[in-house]
Parts: sequence; C-alpha cells; structure tokens
Amino acid sequence: MTLVDIKGLDVGYVRHRRVTPAVLGLDLTVAAGEVVAIVGESGSGKTTTANALIGLLPANGRITAGSAVVDGIQTAGASERTLRRLRGSVVGLIPQDPMVGLNPTQRVGHQIAEAVKLRGLAGAAVQAEVLEHLAQAGVPDPELRARQYPHELSGGLRQRALIAIALAGRPKLIIADEPTSALDVTVQKRILDHLGGLVHEQGISLLIITHDLAVAADRADRVVVMQHGRKVEEGDPATILRTPREHYTRQLIAAARPVVPHFDVRDQVAPEPILQLTDVSKTFPVNDLRRGARGFNALDKVSVTVPRGQTHALVGESGCGKTTTLRIALGLETATGGSVVLDGDEISGLSWNRLRPLRRKAQLVHQDPFATLDPKFTVAQSVTEPLVSFRIGDRRSRLQRARELLDQVALPHSYLDRLPSELSGGQRQRVAIARALALRPDLIMLDEPVSALDVLVQEQILQLLADLQAALGLSYLFVSHDLSVVAEIAHTVSVMSHGRVVEQGPVAEVFTNPKSAHTRELIDAIPGRRVVDAA
Amino acid sequence: MTRYIVGRIIQAVVVLWAAFTLTFAILYLLPSDPMELQLAAAGIQEDSLAPDQLAAMKQRFGLDQSIWAQYWHHLTGVLHGDFGTSLSQQIPVSDLIGQRIGQTLLLSAAAATVSLVAGSLLAYLATFARWNPLRVFLTRLPALGASFPQFFVALFLIQFFSFQLGWFPALGTEGIQSLVMPVVTISVLTSSVLAQVLIKSFDETLRQPYIVTARAKGLSRSAVHLKHAFRNAALPAMTILGVLVGLTVTSSIVVETVFTREGVGKLAQEAVLAQDVPVVLAVVTIAATMFVLVNLVVDLLYPLLDPRISHTRGRVRPATPEVVTT
Repeated sequence: MTLVDIKGLDVGYVRHRRVTPAVLGLDLTVAAGEVVAIVGESGSGKTTTANALIGLLPANGRITAGSAVVDGIQTAGASERTLRRLRGSVVGLIPQDPMVGLNPTQRVGHQIAEAVKLRGLAGAAVQAEVLEHLAQAGVPDPELRARQYPHELSGGLRQRALIAIALAGRPKLIIADEPTSALDVTVQKRILDHLGGLVHEQGISLLIITHDLAVAADRADRVVVMQHGRKVEEGDPATILRTPREHYTRQLIAAARPVVPHFDVRDQVAPEPILQLTDVSKTFPVNDLRRGARGFNALDKVSVTVPRGQTHALVGESGCGKTTTLRIALGLETATGGSVVLDGDEISGLSWNRLRPLRRKAQLVHQDPFATLDPKFTVAQSVTEPLVSFRIGDRRSRLQRARELLDQVALPHSYLDRLPSELSGGQRQRVAIARALALRPDLIMLDEPVSALDVLVQEQILQLLADLQAALGLSYLFVSHDLSVVAEIAHTVSVMSHGRVVEQGPVAEVFTNPKSAHTRELIDAIPGRRVVDAA
Repeated sequence: MTRYIVGRIIQAVVVLWAAFTLTFAILYLLPSDPMELQLAAAGIQEDSLAPDQLAAMKQRFGLDQSIWAQYWHHLTGVLHGDFGTSLSQQIPVSDLIGQRIGQTLLLSAAAATVSLVAGSLLAYLATFARWNPLRVFLTRLPALGASFPQFFVALFLIQFFSFQLGWFPALGTEGIQSLVMPVVTISVLTSSVLAQVLIKSFDETLRQPYIVTARAKGLSRSAVHLKHAFRNAALPAMTILGVLVGLTVTSSIVVETVFTREGVGKLAQEAVLAQDVPVVLAVVTIAATMFVLVNLVVDLLYPLLDPRISHTRGRVRPATPEVVTT
C-alpha cells in the first residue's frame, strides 16, 4: 500500500516577488513499512520536500504545482486544519538538531504528553504512555528523564526524547531530517539502529533525509538522490552503489569514503615537533553547594605532539576533552598542570601580553563557518584583520596580501567586497582559512573544520588543506569526531576518551590495527559498510 | 539557588550605596554655597550677618564639618530614615516626601500595570495578526509611540481631552479622573518600548526549531503560540521590564510638572531649581531604591520563568557517556 505519493511536485520560495524553485517535478512514493532515504547536498530540495509533506514550509514557501498525497489526503494546497490532522497522528517529524529541537522552558515529559493528549487521552493514562514512549525510544530511567528539562540531557538523550515525541502520535510515517548529523558517530549509530528497529517492529514507514550516502545506504530499502531540486537517481542501495548512472551519484559515493589512511608514516623518522603538550591536565571548578566544591577533571595528563609539516589529529566523542586540549594549545585556556611548548617556547602560564607575539605562529579555524565571520565585515576586512591587529603593512600592501590569500584558497578576487551572507558554507570556510593564513603561521589549529559542511564540499576543503600543507609546509592540529576525515588528512592521531589519551600513533597503525576497545568502537560506528561491500 | 538570591541581594545593596555616594559627591561638587542659598531663602544678605552668627548657623546645619564627616552623618541619617532638613522650606525632608510619595507611587504603579498589559497585548497582536496590512501597521506602531516626547503627549492630551472635550481635569490630584491622562502619558512611551522588545523576541522565538517540533506534533496555532512561544519570548523582555518600571518613576518629574500634581517628581523639580541639596539627595536616593527593588524583583522572578537558571539538580555531567540499553 502506498502511504506517500508525490507526483510532479514543484515547490518554490518567494523572494522579492519572484519564486525561486527549490523542488522541481518530483515523483516519490513511500510504501507502508518501507524505509526510503533522500540523499543530496544542502540546497538540493530534500528538506523542502519533507516540509511540504506536512505543510511546515516557511512562510515564503509555496507549492506551485503537482500533488503530494499522504495517507489518502492531498496536502498540496490543503488548509491548515487538514494539515494539522495529518501532523503527529499520520506523520511524525524528527527534526534536524536535537540541541535546539526541544522547548527549553518545559519538562521533557510535558512535551511528550502534549503529543499524547492530542490523541484524546487524559489523566493517568497520559503519564503512563509518556514513560512507555521514552522507554521505547531507548531512554534509560524514563521517570527521571520525564521530570527533567532539556538542558539537563545530553544530545543523544534529547534526540531520543524527540523520537519519543514523534512516536507519541502513533504515526504511520516518521520523517527523520538529518536525524543524527549533530551527534557523535557512536551515538549516531546507536540511535539509527534503534530507530530502524522501532519502525520495523511497529510497521512504521521511515523517510530519512540526509547528505551522507553512507548513512542512507546502510539503512534504507530505497535511495533517492536529489540535486538542484530534481530527482537524479533512484533505486535500491546495492544497485546504486554498484552501478551509479549519474556523475553526481558517483561523486557522492566517492565522498562516502571508507576509512583508508592516506598517509603512512610508520617507518619514517618523525620531524621536529612544532607543538608539544606534555602531561597537560585541566580541572574545572564545579560549584555544587550540596556536594561541596569539587573539581571536574577535563584533561588528565594529556601528551600530544604535532610534528612540523604534518597533521596530528585529535579524535573522540563530544566531551572527551579534545576542544579543551586545543584551547590550551592556543593559550586561550590555562592548564592546571603540565607544559605546552610551541616552536621551542614554553607558553603555559604566560601573560596575555607575553603570549601575544607567539599567537602569530599558531592560528585557529573554527567549526561553524556561519558564526566564525563577522557578518558586517567584508571578505577583505576579515582576511586583513590579523594584519591590522599586528600593525603589518599599510592599506595597499594589506590589500595585495588579501588578493594573494584569496588565490591560495581558490576564491576569485571579486569576492573581496562580499559579505559573509553572500557566501556559501564552503566559501566561508575558505575565507576563514585565508584569515588564518594571513600572518603566515607555522601551525593551524582546525576545530572540526568540515563537520558542518556537505560531503562534497568537505572533500574540497580537505583537498585545499592538503594542498596548502604541501605548498607552505604548514603543520595542523586537527580536531574531529569523524574518523573517515581524519584518515584522509592526518599523519598521526591521538584517540581521546574522558579526558585521557587512550591510543596514539601513526594513523596507518591506529586505524588498521586498533589496540583499545574505544578506538574499535569508533571505527565500527563509521557508516558506509554497504559502500565498502559494494566496492 | 540560595547563592543566586543572596548574590542578587548583595548586588542590590551595593548599587544603592553607590548611587547615594555618587549623588552626594556630585551635589557637593556643585559650584554653590548651601549657606548662601539658605540665607537667600530666608531673605537675609550673607554680608549682614556677623561672623559668629554665620559660624553658629553653619554649625547648626553641620556645614562646618569636613566632607567625610558630613557624608558619614548623611549616610547614617538615611539608614535611620532621616534625610535632614529642607534648605528652602525649613521642614524635615522625610515629612515633605511622606506627604507626596503616595501620589507618585500610585501614578507609577498604575502606569507600570497599563504599560505591561498594553505592551504585551500590542506585541501579541502585531505578531499573530493574520491579515498582513494590520500586522505591518501594528509592528510599526511602537516606533511611533516611542518617538513622541512625554511633554508633547501630555500637552496634546490636555488640549484635546480637557480643553476641547472636557472629559478629564487638566491638573490636580483629585480622584481617579485626574490619574487617567498622566498614566496614559507615561504608558505611551513605556508600553511602546516593551512592545518593540517583545515583537522582536516573538519573531526570534517563532523561528526556533522547537516551534517546528511543536507544530509537527499537531498542536493548534494558538497552543503553539501560548504554550511554547510566549514564555520563551518573555524572557528577554524581563530584563527591560525592570528598566521600564524605573522609567515610570523618573517620568513622574515631567508628568507631575505638566499636570501640576503634588508628587515627589514635582518636588524634585522644585528642589533642583532651588538647589535644595538635602531634598534632591533624598529624592535621588528614593528613586534609586525603587529602581533597585524593581530590578531585584525581576532578577528573582527569572528563575521561576527559566528553568535553566533554577533547575540544575540531578544534572547529568556532560562528559558522562550515554548508557547503552540492551
């Protein structure tokens, strides 16, 4: 039985009285109990399609042609009343980012209860169902969790609470919009496995929206590839992976790379270190009146070495201490113990003024390309700001340097006058890299530089970083939770867990022959087994 | 929680002390001689007094002491509710203020209530009106309201409602009728500012992903607005609320002068003109106290509205890995 039947669907966004198309002539069906994945990069129209199905398009979104029938009800042009009957009870939605998907001022249980009550239940039965759905979604200790507020839950638990909300309406279809891209790989794997099991057990159809072909291929019965608002390819995962027809699909498959280390430095003598952290510890004071003042050990004797001209990666789940390590290495945070030596200079314990000249040697590129640039600064202003700050050159020579930098990151000179809002995510990250290069540093710290980008853009940025390293002899300290990215770019790696380094060594050694259980778990959690099998 | 409350109260006391000290310093540094003012009020030329008479008078008002001694004297006096004697009217400042403060408190309480209700209502309508032209009009309205000076609004109201229509008295403090126009005068400004902040906050809140979650559940439009948007949108407006209530107190200076109401605001205006230092000091101290108290109340209300401040018991340490269920 066909649950979703989309025919010739056109969706567009009204901007300045003109309709910009986002989805064009889409045909798509989802049968009862089927798992379908829509794969594509941002702007491919995959999320627009999902939103159109339940009438949750933004205010300027319009369905301009075609039909979208869900459970026998036409949603294209339907009234708000009709759509409301569909939402929750026929179609459940698991939104993109679990960190902001729950109302921060309401208890988790209450937010699930709302969905239960819409089915006409009242009284004690509601509470019982809330706990049941939380348990179904895989939340341990549901009584406690139901009483808590979202900020008291980890990202993984919030995602499970959102799954519980979707289940609470007893829907026939669940739409999971990039359900796990904000989560660590191990948590992602557990949640997707769990969701897959649930829909299978209860006969619910699942529509997964993702940019990651590996995630889609591992779990879907059928994969639909979208590009620029059109469906370019459709079929079962094995066929698509083995015999992709479109160039675009081949690119996506290439990007869903298996973990094959690119560099092998096992038998080489390591170059001199540019950065050396020895036994670095960090204790954050935790103020808790009931339990008394007590420190929280964020880092416990962490030793990390970045060889000159090479890339050292820090990997681990969120909260494992990798960002704290990076901040201490940059001198933004003071270590409680241990030493940090940057290019022969001990920097731990230096005052701001003494540290400042050393900052020229090490620069930072952030995770979020949308927040890293001042929205009011043009590209030229952003890129030359470090030069202004260190009083290097005059207006003319700075502009000249800005042009050079844009050449280095492969952006046209015409972009100098653009504002961040006129750039795509990948272009913004290129500007951020150009800014980090402005002072000709020896070392660049990269904090998850590609995790917010589409897979194909990730690929381009990683290539750029590799080219820059080869051309300028840069050293990188690369923080990431994504092992496939690390395999591609890093020479050596430290695997971190709970503030400790659990394994360390050349990537080629650690990834092919992991010694610790934690490293094995991280490697097993990488999506894309079907991709590997098909290759 | 206790820590939060104690911290806020200590903060409030420090702010009060700083306000008093700063006012004292400014008034002391004013290029005027309190003795001269004093005598001028009594109609005596300073030259006509013998040096010993002058010294005796100085001693009576404590003006012969060092600035530190005067400061200490004033500070301990204020703590006991004694603000000294008015230089121009020769009666205790506390009596002067006691007679008038009721009027001013009534005025600002009424204005604060009206602003709160009108501002919230306007913001709600402006955000949730379905007819687009109406929404645009309502969204622009607060900017208009905030840009009229208060004395202008007051004069307009007097001209129209007192002189032309004769609905409300143009001056005086008699009855509830006389309160209407002063309250409206103050509220036009404060409710507009509140509405501006709330409208922006509503817009921002409605773009949050949890609003999509709420809509996807199948909740009705009004349930999404009232249960999910309103409380979250009110949080940023809370901060401005303290300032606005304080503003209703300070607005009384202009409004009481224009409407000739015998309140503390008018007293302040007269005292400043007469350079009556003890009265000015007392009025500023009382206004600062009101300001601090209102902001303290707002700070203490915050945790009730935002569980992220109050509710951290049983919190899971962020580093704790997720428990695997089998």
